[in-house]
Amino acid sequence: MFKDKNLLVTGGTGSIGSSICNYFNNNGCKDIYSTTTNLNKVRDDQAYIKFKEINLNNIENINLDELFDIDIDFLVLNAGLNKDNIFLRMSSEDWNSVINVNLNSSFHLLKYCVKKMVKKKFGRIVFISSVVAYTGNPGQANYTASKAAISGLVKSLALELSSRNITVNSIAPGFISSNMTDKLNDDQKNAILGRIPMKKLGNSDDIAKAVGFLCSENANYITGQTLHVNGGLALI
Amino acid sequence: MSDIEERVKKIVVEHLGVEEAKIQSDSKFIDDLGADSLDTVELVMAFEEEFGCEIPDDAAEKIVTLKDAVTYLSANSN
Ligand SMILES: NC(=O)c1ccc[n+]([C@@H]2O[C@H](COP(=O)([O-])OP(=O)(O)OC[C@H]3O[C@@H](n4cnc5c(N)ncnc54)[C@H](OP(=O)(O)O)[C@@H]3O)[C@@H](O)[C@H]2O)c1
Repeated sequence: MFKDKNLLVTGGTGSIGSSICNYFNNNGCKDIYSTTTNLNKVRDDQAYIKFKEINLNNIENINLDELFDIDIDFLVLNAGLNKDNIFLRMSSEDWNSVINVNLNSSFHLLKYCVKKMVKKKFGRIVFISSVVAYTGNPGQANYTASKAAISGLVKSLALELSSRNITVNSIAPGFISSNMTDKLNDDQKNAILGRIPMKKLGNSDDIAKAVGFLCSENANYITGQTLHVNGGLALI
Repeated sequence: MSDIEERVKKIVVEHLGVEEAKIQSDSKFIDDLGADSLDTVELVMAFEEEFGCEIPDDAAEKIVTLKDAVTYLSANSN
């Protein structure tokens, strides 16, 4: 499906990121590049992924040309983190680092990749947002703000880049079983399951397949959209 | 016509698909030659490649005609 195409996905060590890499690898993608804050986190079964060590918190100071001298067809902005607290207890460091990693880092990666995509008149850009960007969530003012901002960015970029055959979309996962949701206790998990009409958490492959769809030829005419993958949790 | 001007013109012709005869040194890429704003970005990338130099964003924004490009490249390319 992805023959002769290259993928750059940030956060390939994470639950969703590793599934995305796997899915593209299993579907014939040529080279797969990814990022991590620490190369020791790369698992043995991920040797096929070309990892670079970057902390997206200070990507501004990194020369991406030196790091990735590659041709990129698919860019998936997946790395993300949360630092939850009720707003009145949220420190400005936690506000800034979440906005920086989840939103600002995309500016720099996009600048680098979009230039190449414009030149060759092809590109598929997929952001990983979150359902809470659309519903809000107590304790996640920083995280929801960072993810909601993506929705405006996706639309503006989609309009600017459509004429060059570059599509820009996002996926808003609901609750996906992952490192992030493993941190929840049983009560929290049951409360969440009670709100999901499908009565189960999603898995990271559900997200990887949605990313694969948006990068495939089946989605050639889809741009500026958000695909909600949430088992019915929120119908938007 | 200088060598630089000739090379710049060739890029503009190829990229915008306009006839060489239609390009005056003060014709504006966008207003007179039918370029869109992304075309101007692509032109600058093509100039950078051809002349082996890097054109910073603030200088790139000021390159709106063939003459602007030739003046900039004469002063800044190797
Ligand atoms: N899981 C869910 O239920 C869920 C729901 C909605 C949205 N999402 C979104 O899905 C995306 C992936 O989440 P996940 O569940 O797979 O989380 P995860 O397993 O915690 O993975 C997060 C990834 O982001 C990377 N990352 C974090 N901070 C970074 C930094 N400062 N610089 C560079 N990379 C950094 C991590 O890299 P290293 O650890 O290798 O450094 C890791 O690869 C995130 O954007 C998240 O917001 C998840």
